[in-house]
Amino acid sequence: MVAQIQAPRGRSGFGLAAAATAVVIVLILAPGYFGTYQIQLLIFGLIAAIAALGFNLLLGYTGLLSFGHSAYFGVGAYTVALAAEHLGPHSMEFYLLVGLPVVAVTSALFGYICVRHTQIFFGILTLAISQVIYSLALNLYWVTGGSDGMRVPRPALLFGALRFSGPSGFQQFITSYYYYVLAIFIVCVLLMWVIVHSPFGKALQGIRDNEVRARFLGLRIRRFRWIAFLVSGTFTGLAGILWVPLEGLTTPDVLYWTFSGEIVFTALLGGFRNFTGPIVGGIVYTYLKTYMVAHTSYWQLGLGVVLVTLVLVLPTGIVGAISLVGQRLRQRRSAA
Amino acid sequence: MAILTIQILNSLLYASVLFLIAAGLSLIFGVMRIVNLAHGSLYAVGAYVTAWLVGTGIAHGVPLGWLFLMLPCGALAVALLGIVIEPLLLRPFYTRAEEYQLLVTFGLLQILEDLMRLVWGGTPLSADTLMDALPIIKIGGLNYPTYDLLVIAIGIVAAVVLWAAIYHTRFGVMLRATSQDRRMASALGLNVGLVYVVAFGIGCFMAGLGGAIVVPTQAAVLGMGVDALVIAFVVVVIGGLGSLKGALVGAIIVSFVRTAGIQFFPELELAVLYVIAALVLLVRPTGLFGTA
Repeated sequence: MVAQIQAPRGRSGFGLAAAATAVVIVLILAPGYFGTYQIQLLIFGLIAAIAALGFNLLLGYTGLLSFGHSAYFGVGAYTVALAAEHLGPHSMEFYLLVGLPVVAVTSALFGYICVRHTQIFFGILTLAISQVIYSLALNLYWVTGGSDGMRVPRPALLFGALRFSGPSGFQQFITSYYYYVLAIFIVCVLLMWVIVHSPFGKALQGIRDNEVRARFLGLRIRRFRWIAFLVSGTFTGLAGILWVPLEGLTTPDVLYWTFSGEIVFTALLGGFRNFTGPIVGGIVYTYLKTYMVAHTSYWQLGLGVVLVTLVLVLPTGIVGAISLVGQRLRQRRSAA
Repeated sequence: MAILTIQILNSLLYASVLFLIAAGLSLIFGVMRIVNLAHGSLYAVGAYVTAWLVGTGIAHGVPLGWLFLMLPCGALAVALLGIVIEPLLLRPFYTRAEEYQLLVTFGLLQILEDLMRLVWGGTPLSADTLMDALPIIKIGGLNYPTYDLLVIAIGIVAAVVLWAAIYHTRFGVMLRATSQDRRMASALGLNVGLVYVVAFGIGCFMAGLGGAIVVPTQAAVLGMGVDALVIAFVVVVIGGLGSLKGALVGAIIVSFVRTAGIQFFPELELAVLYVIAALVLLVRPTGLFGTA
């Protein structure tokens, strides 16, 4: 693999914090200006961003391309669906409480197996294992409902303090759920920021750029990759947990390997060499796909063309391209 | 006993189709070091083109015997498609990180899947006239279509021809040389670009042939390629990526396990295959016969 060196960021932490604060303020104010449908889309976008953020810890920071992240997203979704059907309360906190340990254990288990390989074999191994889950969800129909999937009722939020029923229940749910997901999203972004800038995150990047050198420095490479896999899968699983009450239904489609491809696509669209890339990618991808599905029944064709064009002319993604333009401008200014 | 014979024949039928897909996938990986995620879709294109050609042939009153010529035509159409795709889409990616190679073939998959829907619509396209044209024989009192035997025969012939082409022709030597060391082969005066195009074309031809011979037994449907790709993955993972022998043995193992699975444990049938693939990758990442 060709080692690509990330250019050190010239911007100060202060500027970044200011930009992030501005974005958060816009996001907080958004429900006042947009309709329910737009807000619902935005929630899907934030969820996709969480999934891609987790995925990118492996691709962007550890240099491992997983083609099986649908497994963790789907396990999260199905755990919630099963918990809602067989166990107690329809409460979001309960879903999180049940779902998070399950996705963490699943990612730990699968990760333990998968990190024995790198590069293309890692990709195929993750894909094969994710398809075990897919085929089980598809075929054990008396548990999972087969290809019909499972319905998930609208949960109460904040330990039952917010319940949504009646004619305007859906609208209220969307607005409340938006803030709920936004809060979790912000926590996830901060957490991931801390992870990738911690010594652990730096070690991952060291392993990515030069495995041999990292090993000579005494890093236990497989252990690092395993923990990265665990964190990555858990983030993507959390996205699945948050996704299913909004969608109201989970089918084996979210476990199929092409959905893993969509997660890869998302990260690449925003740019996997940047921290903010997957976040931008998740939101843009959600809008792009919704727009295409609304305008043509051949949306997959459109997405395919976008993907091929992207890898041909814009391999660093949206954020990568923007920061490249910014760099050029700054260079020109300092030269003048 | 008769049932067992028929199940073995069914496995062999499935094995020949799987071999055709997996051998192409493996050949492309062996020579070009690209895992072609769109390979299953190329197989589906073969099925659709063949079914469409047969349907058109029937509509224009082409005699039944001639319709069998549509099978190689379907495969050739896919080969032509491959010859266009390789220089246009894949060539810019040989020197780039493999993430991009995977992604560009994933994009190609999405494009091909929707193009098939655009051209042939959502309804399944069948070519069962070919299957009905051949007699049905009795095996131990049970009916068995001769067409299935033809498919098995085509699989065997394809394996032999491919083996002979790779190990006993001048082009085969060029192919193996390029596979082992692309730059050295180029330095020795081989036209590596041409070898790549031809190798990709052959791989696509195999996939297309797989689709062409399978379509009379089951209609061409949307999504058949995407499903076939993961199974082909299992085959090459078991046999070893880039190994022809591996594709053959892998195809036989997978098809027998799958036939047994459908018979005895239908719910876990697919899961078992992926578990086997994962186990092989863990214990012997290069597969049974792989060297890469």
